Order: sequence, then structure tokens, then C-alpha cells
Amino acid sequence: MADAALFEFLHTEMVAELWAHHSDPGPGGQKMSLCVLEGMGFRVGQALGERLPQETLAFREELDILKFLCKDLWVAVFQKQMDSLRTNHQGTYVLQDNSFPLLIRMASGLQYLEEAPKFLAFTCGLLRGALSTLGIKSLVTASVASLPT
Amino acid sequence: MAVCVAVIAKENYPLYIRSSPTENELKFHYMVHTSLDVVDEKISAMGKALVDQRELYLGLLYPTEDHKVYGYVTNSKVKFVMVVDSSNTALRDNEIRSMFRKLHSSYTDVMCNPFYNPGDRIQSRAFDSMVTSMMVQVC
Repeated sequence: MADAALFEFLHTEMVAELWAHHSDPGPGGQKMSLCVLEGMGFRVGQALGERLPQETLAFREELDILKFLCKDLWVAVFQKQMDSLRTNHQGTYVLQDNSFPLLIRMASGLQYLEEAPKFLAFTCGLLRGALSTLGIKSLVTASVASLPT
Repeated sequence: MAVCVAVIAKENYPLYIRSSPTENELKFHYMVHTSLDVVDEKISAMGKALVDQRELYLGLLYPTEDHKVYGYVTNSKVKFVMVVDSSNTALRDNEIRSMFRKLHSSYTDVMCNPFYNPGDRIQSRAFDSMVTSMMVQVC
């Protein structure tokens, strides 16, 4: 679908651009760029968190909000639903996507594993922004075990 | 036709409040402020109700002798409060709902504006003109 490709290309360019002009190539500069990406995702997430649930009924509890993230938000951004949602019922949720669209074009297996976090920062911010609009203060981290095959 | 429209953030401070200039604005500000309690009551009642009526539209919050106050809350806990003249009996529930829906979609547009920081007062002219179209025409 053309729409999905547009976002993927834009996102790849954003990451490339932020890394191309590294004035401080050490770990400090890396962190800055990751923060910038996450901040961008946060603002986009805030707007999406307002627009997407517009027609739905009011969310009754946290789990409803998480289900909304896994289904509606993920479908709107990546045209597919999240593969699995797990919780420990004490405020931690694990969302798992087995074929994350922003990484799937890169490589399969363990090659380029160190580069993967750059491509996850924006999406983490996106989730944090959407959650913050819906009233949940959160910390979102992402981890990649191996690139999707 | 509304006499006063207010948009209140989830921390209960006003993001936008506009009243028809003929009357004492302070009176409307006070009315909107007191209606926030009723809104909170309705929201918590909604949370405990087992019936599946988790609607965004809250309906008539409370009537006074001259005015009726209606409420609507979004999923992001932003509240819209509208005060209408009691003498205007032609206003039906459906019309109020459609006014709130317009408000909601304009508010979403404001939120998506990259120059708007969430939490600031709303200064968008598009939003202003949409609200003007809903308010009582004075002159």
C-alpha cells in the first residue's frame, strides 16, 4: 500500500538525517538524537491519541486503553495489529510485534542489531504520547531480540 | 444557539472560554466552574456503572432558572461545557449533540496543529470562527 511506504521512507530519512550530522559521535550525542526522535514521536502520539478515539465510546479502564493501542493505533500507523499483549496486572504491559514494519525491510536475524534502537525511538515516543493524551503517564522501552525474518 | 462555550483541560483549567458579550461574563465563568463538579460526578458514576453506556455526551448537567448547562467529555478527559438560554425551547438533544461533535472535531484539529502546544490556551482562529457560528448572534 502506498501510504505505508511513505511513512516508512520518511521515518528512515529522519533517522538517517539525525545521525548524519553528528557533532558529538560519542554516546552523549547518540542519546541526544534518540531523545529528539522520541520527542517527535511523543507530539505525534499526542495528536493521534486525540484524533483516533474520536468516534469510540469512553474508555473504562487501563486495559481498554491498551487494547485500543494494540488494535486501532497500530492499525492506523502500521496497517496491522499488534501480535500479542501481556500484562502483570500491576502496571506493566508487554506489547509484542513479530514483524515490526519499520525493521522488517532491513535485514533478518542478528545483523544490524545495534542499529535497531534508532528505529524504535520514534515509535516509543508515539506510544508514550498517545498514552499521555489518554491520561496515563508511562515509560516506554523497546527491545529487539532479533530482526524479523 | 449557545450563550457560552468552554473547553476545559483534564487538569480542570480552562483552555478556551467564550461567552456572548451581552451579559456578565463572570457569571458564566462561575457557572462553568460549578458545572465541573457535576461533570466529575457523572464521570465517576460512569466508571462504576456496569451498564454499557460509556458515552462521551453527558447530557444536561444542571438547569438554572435562565440557563441550562450541557456537558461532554472526550477520551482524553477534556471537557466541553455549553450554556444555553432556557427560553430557547426549540433546541433539541440532537442539536446539542451535533454541536458537541463539531466542537470535538475542531478541538482535534487544534490538537493536531504542530504550532499548538498541548496545554496552552486555544488561540486558533478556525476554532474561534466555529464557536462564533454556534453562539447566539448578538448584533
